[in-house]
Amino acid sequence: MYQYDQYDHAFMANRVDQYRGQVSRRLAGDLSEDQFKPLRLMNGLYLQLHAYMLRVAIPYGTLSSGQMRKLAEISRTYDRGYGHFTTRQNIQFNWIKLEQSPDILAELASVEMHAIQTSGNTIRNTTSDPFAGAVAGEIDDPRVWCEIIRQWSTLHPEFSFLPRKFKIAVTGSEDDRAAIKVHDIGLALRRNEAGEIGFEVLVGGGLGRTPMIGKTIREFVSQRDLLSYLEAILRTYNLIGRRDNKYKARIKIMVHELGIDEVRRQVDAEWEHLRDGALVLPEEEIARIRAFFAAPAFETIETPVRSYEVARFEDQDFARWTKTNVAAHRQPGYGIAVISLKPTGGVPGDATAEQMEKVAELAERYSLGEIRVTHTQNLVLPHVRLSDMHSLWQGLSDAGLGTANIGLISDIIACPGLDYCALANTRSIPVAQRIQQRVDNIDRQHDLRELSVKISGCINACGHHHIGNIGILGVDRRGEEYYQITIGGRADENARLGDVIGPAVSYDEVPAAVERLLDAYVAERKDDETFIGTYERVGLKPFKEAVYVTD
Amino acid sequence: MSLIRNGVVIDDPWIRLDDDTPATPGTRAIVSLKRWKAEKPRLIETLAGTGVLLKSNEAAEEIAGDLSVLEVVAVDFPAFTDGRSYSTARILRERYRYLGEVRAVGDVLRDQYGFMVRCGVDAFELADDVDSADWVKAVNEIPTAYQPAADGRSPLFRIRTDTPQDAWLAY
Repeated sequence: MYQYDQYDHAFMANRVDQYRGQVSRRLAGDLSEDQFKPLRLMNGLYLQLHAYMLRVAIPYGTLSSGQMRKLAEISRTYDRGYGHFTTRQNIQFNWIKLEQSPDILAELASVEMHAIQTSGNTIRNTTSDPFAGAVAGEIDDPRVWCEIIRQWSTLHPEFSFLPRKFKIAVTGSEDDRAAIKVHDIGLALRRNEAGEIGFEVLVGGGLGRTPMIGKTIREFVSQRDLLSYLEAILRTYNLIGRRDNKYKARIKIMVHELGIDEVRRQVDAEWEHLRDGALVLPEEEIARIRAFFAAPAFETIETPVRSYEVARFEDQDFARWTKTNVAAHRQPGYGIAVISLKPTGGVPGDATAEQMEKVAELAERYSLGEIRVTHTQNLVLPHVRLSDMHSLWQGLSDAGLGTANIGLISDIIACPGLDYCALANTRSIPVAQRIQQRVDNIDRQHDLRELSVKISGCINACGHHHIGNIGILGVDRRGEEYYQITIGGRADENARLGDVIGPAVSYDEVPAAVERLLDAYVAERKDDETFIGTYERVGLKPFKEAVYVTD
Repeated sequence: MSLIRNGVVIDDPWIRLDDDTPATPGTRAIVSLKRWKAEKPRLIETLAGTGVLLKSNEAAEEIAGDLSVLEVVAVDFPAFTDGRSYSTARILRERYRYLGEVRAVGDVLRDQYGFMVRCGVDAFELADDVDSADWVKAVNEIPTAYQPAADGRSPLFRIRTDTPQDAWLAY
């Protein structure tokens, strides 16, 4: 993991002092709420329905055990003993007092964390593959480049008042677990014909009111040119992106209106001025950052690992968990363990202080002290010996963290919705819970195979409903909660947006409507086809007919 | 209106001339881009010094050929949330190597001051009731720079690797 040097520490201390000053000017009445708002947002502090919410950055979703313990401590001292992991690999605390927020930032700084640019019209936390550095076949480790981008974008003086927020995601694998096609900029590490490693750059993806799949603006940008090319895109966007309408201000609208060719032309013209300038990173700096992400000293382990296979044979629940929650590791004898934060009836992404501490402890014991947060609101222990997997699972199960549902229908993404959020039209969390209860039988869930359900409580789409195999969007209809259902969305390397199946259904009707979609899938599927596979083969019709059946 | 230039509060030697007011010979005046384009030779002849105001939707390219005769380029922030002029200021400094005054006007707030300085702005029109000493303090709140910009500050990646900085950055 990246570790701060004296410069990073000094910067963070200055930043905390600056924010403390801003808060005291606000509390003294020297700043109006209007003047204070952009300042607190630069530090991730939102004013929500009931209280202030603090969004803490987890750079590219990577945490140490020590950092996780600090998050637990913060949740206990300054909040109500829990935290909410988000779809942007961050964590939110929902019950924060303004006057305590500088102290929280100081606590975070002590473990090399912060809340900078988790909000506002700035470059947000860069997100990445939660399996980075653990999965086989990566072209390069995306975390190296995420950290380089994190530093470049931190308090960038030119890009702190962009037309709208700006999100960058990086993947180092062909299998895209970072949803790069629905980000303002998506970076895919690539090898060119000469064997050099660089980046395919996508631009203009995004969800929200106007969902768009990103388009390739450049097939290959070299490592040397990465930052100057990013700066050229950002400058072009800053200067010509729309500012007349908040809902048309994201870069996806600029790309849509101008066309990718014209955007490319303008970015290239800007890049000509920048590419040989001061943004060319010294090789030593890249090497310095890369060294922090060197592979740990893995043990040489003979496979198959007998104790692991025996445990799977003898313990059916464990076997089921390994089927969904353990992914292949680059090193023989190791596995990547995914911890579900989606128990039936729980709040997707929530973890209590005790659970955070348990995960910290288990990560220390079994995963070299490393933890990841996924954009599907789960946690990952990236480096677990298969021989330790059964003990890990028992430890997780004791803490209520042993749910065997990763990638299954109950592994739902939901935004906070009307229970917390000032923007929401409808509730999301109870909708997720009711769907989970409807398909609670774990054998049935496994039979339904890989199937993503994503729920947003308003068109801002924080629950990513557009890219759910089943997407559910809450809409307000004359004061009543209704839900529009889409199917066929996906977030991976074949990303596509879901199709609306028909008129919205009421809050009470959602579970039954989902049930009918599942029935249609089971009736139509062939062999080992998944829901999305069946949908892509047979199309909307059978699903639509199933939901809007007239008795 | 008071003016901070290079961290010092001074009396503003410049006047703002709207498009309908005749230029008084011997004065130093800042005019709109439109007027500058229409009356360039006459303004140069009449005025003791000329500056141009770029609105946030007006590009630095528009005056690229005139920068040697312009002593001031004012860049507008119609609302603090409109960040276009940060880019304009950097383009003036870094692309065109403009050495005259780049002045921030409009909704210029204490907490954006540091960003503006980094982008090459060296003069700031402030409302009369602000505490200018406090402003000067604001610019030093975050001495660290993670990225190069137009203020000549070495980005951390150069300090760390001790590699020399391009000379032109210290304009």
